Amino acid sequence: MLKIWSMKQQQQKSEAAAGQSKKKKVTAAQLRVQKDLSELSLGSTMKTHFPNPDDILNFTLTLTPDEGLYKGGIFNFTFAISQNFPHEPPKVKCREKIYHPNIDLEGNVCLNILREDWKPVLNLNAVIVGLQFLFLEPNASDPLNKEAANDLMTDRDRFKRNVRSAMAGGSVKGESFDRVMK
Amino acid sequence: MAVNGDSRARWRYMDHILTRPGAYTDPEWGEGIIGTLENAKVLVIGAGGLGCEILKNLALSGFKSIDVIDMDTIDVSNLNRQFLFRQSDVGKPKASVAADFVMKRVPGCKINAHVCKIQDKDEEFYMQFSMVICGLDSIEARRWINALLVGMVDYDNDDSLKPLIDGGTEGFKGQSRVVIPRMTSCIECQLDMHAPRAAVPLCTLATIPRQPQHCIEWAHIIKWEEERKDIQLDTDDPEHITWLYRTALKRAQEFGIQGVTYSMTQGVVKNIIPAIASTNAIIAASCCNEAFKIATSSAPALANTIPEGVDPETYDPDEEFAPAPNNYMLYTGDNSIYTFTFGHKKKPDCPVCGNLPKDLTVPGDQTLQELIESFAERPEAQLKKPSLSTGGKTLFFSSPESLRQQTEGNLRKKMRDLMEDGEEVVVTDPAFPTEFKYTIHLT
Ligand SMILES: [Zn+2]
Repeated sequence: MLKIWSMKQQQQKSEAAAGQSKKKKVTAAQLRVQKDLSELSLGSTMKTHFPNPDDILNFTLTLTPDEGLYKGGIFNFTFAISQNFPHEPPKVKCREKIYHPNIDLEGNVCLNILREDWKPVLNLNAVIVGLQFLFLEPNASDPLNKEAANDLMTDRDRFKRNVRSAMAGGSVKGESFDRVMK
Repeated sequence: MAVNGDSRARWRYMDHILTRPGAYTDPEWGEGIIGTLENAKVLVIGAGGLGCEILKNLALSGFKSIDVIDMDTIDVSNLNRQFLFRQSDVGKPKASVAADFVMKRVPGCKINAHVCKIQDKDEEFYMQFSMVICGLDSIEARRWINALLVGMVDYDNDDSLKPLIDGGTEGFKGQSRVVIPRMTSCIECQLDMHAPRAAVPLCTLATIPRQPQHCIEWAHIIKWEEERKDIQLDTDDPEHITWLYRTALKRAQEFGIQGVTYSMTQGVVKNIIPAIASTNAIIAASCCNEAFKIATSSAPALANTIPEGVDPETYDPDEEFAPAPNNYMLYTGDNSIYTFTFGHKKKPDCPVCGNLPKDLTVPGDQTLQELIESFAERPEAQLKKPSLSTGGKTLFFSSPESLRQQTEGNLRKKMRDLMEDGEEVVVTDPAFPTEFKYTIHLT
């Protein structure tokens, strides 16, 4: 350690030295995403799609729940991961306009680990499991779509009916939704 | 006494340090230190709050060859603390105005200004400096320069080793640290020292705002998308900020929340951290002291010492239980004053400095499939479900399935058609906790 710094800078350096690789290196974010992707355990209800396979920081996740209130639907989430990953969480949005207490009409998702509870030790699998869980257990106490949360809290049967008609492309209380059925 | 650019008189007090050894001077310390200091080429990244202080301090410490890089222009709000700028400089590039100001005040000091992003410069540019000092507010930029400097180290070339001195402030708090690339813990190893800013839960924003900031975030994140989806939000556009401000104000009134102002809106939306001039001064001073010590060996610098009580003959900082050299100084001024200097240990699994590429010679007409099979013969990489990529290309991923299908065609391609000579390949496999990196030399 001691000789880490010798007084080399006094010598004029020859420009010839060190023409090492100027090639694009794999960034820390890319590397981490590569690891996360290879460790992903996608069940039969989940699929990824990469519009550009050379850009692993941007992809779509398709969820097709096979149980719960949202069974039979196809839900697409875009994942946009910045070079600051895993210091920053991925940006995740639902592409369809759906009726869900924790997803607003613009596709913003209320999942704690995507915002306030994100930690760099969490991985993409944790996010995906979290999303899957939102469809199995929509949560009325943490609403992003207040109407839907209210319905879920006060009248579960009406909430169920609303989910089904929204998924079929119908409207709920004057708000029309995207058809997401298989 | 006449003081001009060439006179030593200006440096009279500095010369006491530069011409006499002290209790802590390096054994190799000797004549010619003044020359070493004057010839040292220093790169300063950032010409903002910290950068102005750093440039001034370096010039007044006797550094004569400085480069500064900053892509920003001067905003009127900078003038309270970025003291190298005047009202008439508003709109001009920070780097060149700062350089001109310091050169005028300290004759004999040459500062080259670069008005661009650090990513616009290549390794050859960074190679010319003896050290790099960062005064940045962006973690991303720090991570970039850190990875570059770690990647540049070539053990056969002492000049390729560039100490990185990093200063950072946030309100009354700050830190200064020194990284000796590959030798001591790097910015990436220390990433957990920056707690990510706790974001407000989206649901709080949507349903029960409690603070004026919540109303602004709501206007910013939710309402803009709803009502102005097709317009890209530009945080420098007064019309956009006004719209957010009015929207936030209306919401604040609905919930009986006081305190939403135009400037708060600007602050929240642009994620502005309050900057305190004196914190910048303290941290910049510490950074420049380290730079001076590194350049002159007049005293031990952060990260360049052997921890106390350790046998220097056998000390290996990479050993599991070996103490790290003190390399990190943190300063807190918001609750009286507290500073603490400690050794942050290098992480063996750091994605930047912990695992360096091995050289691998590969016949150019070998296929990717054959390369992967040849890994099986290498003891360190008995791969089961490998994924391989270069900086710009996904070569082959075993999973997820969709990516496997998209990339399996590459398996039959020749290596020379997939990459250039000298490119880095990263191999990961769920069976291994760390990745393997190779610099591929095609024959
Ligand atoms: Zn590191």
